Amino acid sequence: MKVLVPVKRVLDYNVKPRVKADGTGVDLANVKMSMNPFDEIAIEEAVRLKEKGAATEIVVVTIGVAKAEADVLLTARAMGADRGILIQTDDEVEPLAVAKLLAKVAEEEQPGLIILGKQAIDDDSNQTGQMLAALLGWAQGTFASKVEIAGDRVHVTREIDGGLETVDLKLPAIVTTDLRLNEPRYATLPNIMKAKTKPVAKKTVADYGVDVTPRLKTLKVVEPAKRQAGIKVGSVDELVEKLKGMGVA
Amino acid sequence: MKTLVWVEHDNHSVKDATLSTVTAAAKLGDVHLLVAGKGVSAVAEAAAQIAGVGKVHVADDAAYEHFLAENVAPLVVQLMDNHDAVLFPATTTGKNVAPRVAAALDVMQLSDILSVEGPDTFTRPIYAGNAIATVQTSDKKLVITVRGTAFDKAAATGGSGAVEAVAAAGDKGLSTFAGSEIATSERPELTSAKIIVSGGRALGSQEQFHALIDPLADKLGAAVGASRAAVDAGYAPNDYQVGQTGKIVAPMVYVAVGISGAIQHLAGMKDSKTIVAINKDEDAPIFQVADIGLVGDLFTLVPELTEKL
Repeated sequence: MKVLVPVKRVLDYNVKPRVKADGTGVDLANVKMSMNPFDEIAIEEAVRLKEKGAATEIVVVTIGVAKAEADVLLTARAMGADRGILIQTDDEVEPLAVAKLLAKVAEEEQPGLIILGKQAIDDDSNQTGQMLAALLGWAQGTFASKVEIAGDRVHVTREIDGGLETVDLKLPAIVTTDLRLNEPRYATLPNIMKAKTKPVAKKTVADYGVDVTPRLKTLKVVEPAKRQAGIKVGSVDELVEKLKGMGVA
Repeated sequence: MKTLVWVEHDNHSVKDATLSTVTAAAKLGDVHLLVAGKGVSAVAEAAAQIAGVGKVHVADDAAYEHFLAENVAPLVVQLMDNHDAVLFPATTTGKNVAPRVAAALDVMQLSDILSVEGPDTFTRPIYAGNAIATVQTSDKKLVITVRGTAFDKAAATGGSGAVEAVAAAGDKGLSTFAGSEIATSERPELTSAKIIVSGGRALGSQEQFHALIDPLADKLGAAVGASRAAVDAGYAPNDYQVGQTGKIVAPMVYVAVGISGAIQHLAGMKDSKTIVAINKDEDAPIFQVADIGLVGDLFTLVPELTEKL
């Protein structure tokens, strides 16, 4: 079974985002970019499925600027993906358009399973996997913390608000990863060198005939309201007094 | 505008998240509700009493019992012939179903909205809440998920909606529910609690987490939360996690014990009315957002606090 893993290049999760002074967005000039953390978990899961013999080939795909090849496709191949597809565009592509592009890739590649991260840590949308499942008419196992292939089904344990839930999905299916699905491996230097020999197909948005015109227009981006500076109390007694003053104790 | 609100429930009672979503929907126009599930007559009756609600569409069918997205999304899509917007609470159910509905309608979803600025304009957090974007949609139908803590709850009573059955669209046969493990707790639910006591990695072990955090929470009548570090270390179950990837909370008082305050954690709690931090590192980032800070060893301070409350 072939596994397709879409990945996204985002602002590194350790970097504190700065809102541009003109309110047009977050400043991404000269800041560290890396693979969305949930997508690393998706790659790791695909690689583990291959190591268990449940997957035969792992194809990784990204939609974004040319730099995404070096920033994320290389990492993905170094972690164990077999080949990459870069759909190059300098424009921001919304989840719906990403899902449409991925649906075209899925038609070409015919994967048995598509594993995505549950959300990208830049736009925090949490939409693409579900949208892709809708467009393909496939089952979806979102927020997965455990994935088991069993013949032509996949059992997915999902993290839900009250605890965990297990669903049994018909393949082909979509899985989106939650944090606790696995601990992604590091790309070692020899594997990074080796990854450079693994092929990457370069495509453009136009190759897929998908209209990626944005539906949402960002009118402005601002910093959230700052909290008032707080006070430090010197003892538990003072804290108790404060809490009592608020009527909570 | 005619809006449809997904009623969050457990086949027995309406969840609070529904009430905040109704408030958001009322800013857009008439509010209709959708109760989908199995054996949901009590839920439908309760939903009809929510203040300001018009029609309550009820789809009672075994295919909807576990809210599988493959089965419920087509039902919502079908109802969108007669509605201009559909709003889901941004719960795991809402987040699972809403994008499937949006793609089927060929519209972009607005995730986790914080406010309604106009009929097509909303604000939403991006970058773990480090920026707030105002976005305007050009889509004809709106699919929205609503951040519960950003809207007041509509009154649960006082309304008189008309209950109307909707023909079920059936089981799509793509997925089946295989079981669940729901954590049982007698404490208030995390996302709707007025007070939350949350523990971090500094607690050191699962035993100490429960020995220190639980009694303090019980004394305050609070829900218990945790940082990702505490959850990853196995001190607390996953569904306790507060943060960008866990639950978003905004209680009256949030007590952070042994939590350093990473941006991913702050994303989940920095809209709390009052933040209290207990940490031995006085340079911990949590003190930059805390209203009341207490610097010291939590292993002596927390039992003392519990004792004196």
